[in-house]
Amino acid sequence: MNVTIKTVKDITVIEAEGSIDSRTASEFEKNTVEATQEEDKVIIDLTKVEFLSSAGLRVLLMLYRQVKARNGKIVLVGVSEEIQDVMENTGFINFFILAELLEDGVNALS
Amino acid sequence: MATTSGTNDIRIDYYPTHEHEGIKFRRGHALPFGATTVPNGVNFSISSSAATSCTLVLFDRGAAQPFAEIPFPDEFRVGDVYCMTVFDLDVERLEYGYRMDGPFAPELGHRFNKNIILSDPYARSLGGRDTWLAQPNWDDIYPYRSRLAFEDFDWENDHPLEYPIEDLVIYEMHVRAFTQHPTAKVKNSGTFSAIKSKIKYLKELGVNCIELMPIYEYDEWENSKPNPVTGEMLVNFWGYSTVNFFSPKAGYAATGKFGMQVDELKTVIKELHKNGIEVILDVVFNHTAEGDHRGHTISFRGIDNKTYYMLTPEGYYFNFSGTGNTLNCNNPVVRNMVLDCLRYWAADYHIDGFRFDLAAILGRAQDGSPLSNPPLLESLAYDPILAKCKLIAEAWDAGGLYQVGTFPAYGRWAEWNGKYRDSVRKFLKGDEGLVGEMAQRIQGSPDLYYYRGPTASINFIACHDGFTLYDLFSYNEKHNEANGENNNDGGNDNHSWNCGWEGETDDIEINFLRHKQIKNALSILFVSQGVPMLLMGDEMGRTKLGNNNTYCHDNELNWLDWSLLKKNKHLFDFAQSMIKFRKAHPVLRSSTHFTHSDYVGSGYPDISFHGTRAWQMDWSANNRSFAFMLCGEHAKQGAIKDDMIYVAMNMYWEALSFELPALSRDRKWHVYANTDMPAAEQVSTLGKEPLVQHQDHIIAGARSIIILVGK
Repeated sequence: MNVTIKTVKDITVIEAEGSIDSRTASEFEKNTVEATQEEDKVIIDLTKVEFLSSAGLRVLLMLYRQVKARNGKIVLVGVSEEIQDVMENTGFINFFILAELLEDGVNALS
Repeated sequence: MATTSGTNDIRIDYYPTHEHEGIKFRRGHALPFGATTVPNGVNFSISSSAATSCTLVLFDRGAAQPFAEIPFPDEFRVGDVYCMTVFDLDVERLEYGYRMDGPFAPELGHRFNKNIILSDPYARSLGGRDTWLAQPNWDDIYPYRSRLAFEDFDWENDHPLEYPIEDLVIYEMHVRAFTQHPTAKVKNSGTFSAIKSKIKYLKELGVNCIELMPIYEYDEWENSKPNPVTGEMLVNFWGYSTVNFFSPKAGYAATGKFGMQVDELKTVIKELHKNGIEVILDVVFNHTAEGDHRGHTISFRGIDNKTYYMLTPEGYYFNFSGTGNTLNCNNPVVRNMVLDCLRYWAADYHIDGFRFDLAAILGRAQDGSPLSNPPLLESLAYDPILAKCKLIAEAWDAGGLYQVGTFPAYGRWAEWNGKYRDSVRKFLKGDEGLVGEMAQRIQGSPDLYYYRGPTASINFIACHDGFTLYDLFSYNEKHNEANGENNNDGGNDNHSWNCGWEGETDDIEINFLRHKQIKNALSILFVSQGVPMLLMGDEMGRTKLGNNNTYCHDNELNWLDWSLLKKNKHLFDFAQSMIKFRKAHPVLRSSTHFTHSDYVGSGYPDISFHGTRAWQMDWSANNRSFAFMLCGEHAKQGAIKDDMIYVAMNMYWEALSFELPALSRDRKWHVYANTDMPAAEQVSTLGKEPLVQHQDHIIAGARSIIILVGK
């Protein structure tokens, strides 16, 4: 999987690509934790993510907890219908603000 | 100076000492049993009292062959426990099992076979039946694969609800049957997750507890066979045949195919709790899915046969469960497993209570004889983690031990009151000689539970086993042909009455009577002291077409047809009204038995019985009607002031006039329900009950019930 990190306005945007599962979760975690260490506005763009395993979902929740501890906000964008379904069934969706497109996410945080 | 995390990192057991086929490992920890993630690895621990050696077998998810087999070095064994920590495993994809070597000597109780890969009895999830009825790989060398589960669920502020048991209204539910029917119109139908879509419905009905039929991992393919009539596959639908006690059934989870059933089930429980609904699990600790000596070896038999099972002196299986084997619950090792298991479900899944299938078995000694002081039941009753959980026994077994009223309770255990079901059914169908029994049943059966109080009595008229409420009044005989056992399965003592025609009919009078009988049943259930339990769908006239043992049907015989809700809306309205009535009147929910005396100075005893003449109960054998009155000033032993409640039950085939007891002060009788009225007028709005026309008497129609409120 690939992770690209960019900044839009004052928001840190993490763009992931591929599958986030047990094989890639620790790398994804490392990259994202580093990139969001000081940030209180974070977007995770999952448009190009095909699958999130249990381990992947846990990285997202961990990020949420860390950002929230700084009173920050985290938005997920481009979550496929299938992943949304899995997140809903496993309760993870309740923690996140979801937006369809990146610009919706930016608006949600602005 | 080392930081805190640095200090942790230098624990030497975080690093391997051994290597085998490229896999690094070290001596493990004996506790906890099962597979547990530890820093850098997984700790495996399993016990066998008679194995001569043990090998850990590791698979990548779904792989045909293991990627490693690591024999436990003998120095890793602690007593009978084999333990090992293995490093650098992908815990999400890992599947593990064991090979146990030892004697195959059935006459000595041993059935070891090192060629079989065995599931871990303590596995937290199981692979192999990940999607309901998906075709299994029948050639798999390891069909039920132990897996780890993430145990870090974010419960936020959730907590078991801990309602007083007398305040519960239990709804017995089968996970798949609840939402699988197309009329349920939910996403992910038939799954744990779909229950969430129906929480609004459950709240509307008013139930505050759901009791889930078995959700521990079982194999729906067990004993599957084609239906001789239709050719449709008959399967194990109900699930009373556990493969693993610690794992939720993956096939019930929309996310089972991703191995996320643990998170999914916990999410449902959290959501139910948020909406004020408790969750009780129906647990089956009386036997396992391994059957008798001809059955498959999945886990227990191959690990420690004589520990896990009750065996005859010849080494065959005692069959007190009627399913081939009997779990040896009062063996100390098995007892600890049961305790560990329930603690796990209470602590990790926030389960509110447990209903124990064929619980009389839990009180049998290792030789099968009933114990007067069964250590397992005592342990559960006094366990600190289970301290606030409801413990409910199905107080009989298939070996003839019937303990309704005498189940060893330790002040904790409640029972499915089978005698309540039978008395009420017989009374409703108009049998003679029932008023004495009925007087006991509506009081919470003090004849059975004198020292334990009404809260020991789980009252039900129908449950998954047997007729639905609708079928109880539509069939004289069971109709189990579709089960493929020549109608020989299922009970014959249904105490049912078809109201004049066997099965479906267009006859308006018969249908009116059937619906009235359902409402009579609901009335009795919800005005009885004790804890009411409603079978899923009985509030909307669910039918199983006279089949009283639908364990094997994954079809409309079990699936709840939600279109009935519209068709029989008046039944739902009535059930809902009766639940509201129960909740509004604490005098119906006493935690202690009535004294039949006036201890608050109200001028009335807490309960009194009446006949067609007030204050004159007719106890004679040929009588089919009676009334009782509860004095609201005695509610909760006088702590709360409630209204007077008067219930007239006439199961005679003609209308009867009941003289009403006079009320004190300026109280008047108001009518809350009358099951003999046309559907629209059967029940009043709570708090707006109309005055009874003649305050000195009422006419109760043939086979009907009237409920009055004195205020």
